[in-house]
Amino acid sequence: MTAAANERAADTAADTGVTWRDGKRYAWLLGLVVPCAPFIALGLVELTGSPVFWWAGPMIIFVLIPLIDVIVGTDQENPPDDLIEWLENDRYYRWVTYLYLPIQYLGLVFACWLWTSHSMSTVDKIGLAVTMGVVAGIGINTAHELGHKKESLERWLSKIALAQAAYGHFFIEHNRGHHVRVATPEDPASARFGETFWGFLPRSVIGSLKSGWHLEKQRLARSGTSPWTLRNDVLNAWAMTIVLFGALAAVFGWQVLPLLAIQAVFGFALLEVVNYLEHYGLLRQKTASGRYERAAPRHSWNSNNVCTNVFLYHLQRHSDHHANPTRRYQALRHFEQAPQLPAGYASMIVMAYFPPVWRAVMDKRLLAHYDGDATLANLNPRNKDKLLVKYGPSGERGRHAAVA
Amino acid sequence: MSGYRCPVCEYVFDEREGDPREGFPAGTAWADVPDDWCCPDCGVREKIDFEPMEVSR
Repeated sequence: MTAAANERAADTAADTGVTWRDGKRYAWLLGLVVPCAPFIALGLVELTGSPVFWWAGPMIIFVLIPLIDVIVGTDQENPPDDLIEWLENDRYYRWVTYLYLPIQYLGLVFACWLWTSHSMSTVDKIGLAVTMGVVAGIGINTAHELGHKKESLERWLSKIALAQAAYGHFFIEHNRGHHVRVATPEDPASARFGETFWGFLPRSVIGSLKSGWHLEKQRLARSGTSPWTLRNDVLNAWAMTIVLFGALAAVFGWQVLPLLAIQAVFGFALLEVVNYLEHYGLLRQKTASGRYERAAPRHSWNSNNVCTNVFLYHLQRHSDHHANPTRRYQALRHFEQAPQLPAGYASMIVMAYFPPVWRAVMDKRLLAHYDGDATLANLNPRNKDKLLVKYGPSGERGRHAAVA
Repeated sequence: MSGYRCPVCEYVFDEREGDPREGFPAGTAWADVPDDWCCPDCGVREKIDFEPMEVSR
């Protein structure tokens, strides 16, 4: 492996005159630990005799990854511009993401088997279902990486990865909805200043569903086709979930349906909490022509925590992702001018679940980003007036207070 | 007939080929594509931002 890497570095030097080695090259394989979660859970339960390890999934993402983030810290290294194309064309990186899928589905079958044939208490079963929800949710992140690509194979794999979380419409809504309207009040998947995660969750779930359907309906209408066709990517992606859940219920019995339901809901709720923190309060201003300014680095929250970045395929280098959505994960860059979160996404998720903690940590950072002027933020209409009294240009804690 | 390129991701709309998946059959004139139609690959830029380009036969 090392010899191969050296050879690549040598190739690079010959082609462009630049030598650079990707320090994270083999670390990307660690992302495959997540779909192994049900196997890890059973192993730890058997090894220790403690059923608490059925909760291995949430333990990994809410405890282990935030801890490693603190210990390992951040990394701001960017690949040299001349090597981005070469790095994107190295097929090793895409195989790392493809491998998530077979492990993901082997694990789901395994979990169904455990659920129906293993002696487990109700609490253990919920633990296993939540662990599977973590696999489903991080699977949406894998689907996200694949769904942005131009190659049809990868777009197919994206839909397959989404089937477990029953979130097939994300494939359409994210690329054609969220990316177009990001950091505007029109985007259901961009959180607003003053909005709690629990308020955002139903708004984003329902809004994204409606938007995905509308986008496909509009696309098919241009060819004079009704949306009720399997050519509708929202419908055919949902059909995959129905076939998957139906097949599992046929093999293991209807008793697996609660497992499938809990893991799907937990899975897409995990995606939505990541949506929540990615653009919290950030707003694109309107230009003289009435259009929104183009999405820029300042419209996404970023983080360089190595561990979360490895597990989420550089999703935290979110500004570059929005500037270049088809760029492959290994080539995404850190931007100095992008607003930075105080911790990795994994830690921020936990804060988002507790709104007072979230607002204590994030509101001051958002205001500092706008030099204390809350009128520049994406304000939640529900508490807009209150926020402006407090943080508006002439508010009690306006410009000067926030800067100080 | 000419081509129009997305300034972000290099997607090219070639009038000769159109983009049937998007509802624009081969031969669709650029003028018939709605202004708010966004790049089907990256979703970052809309039709009015596309750059005209030469397309070779």
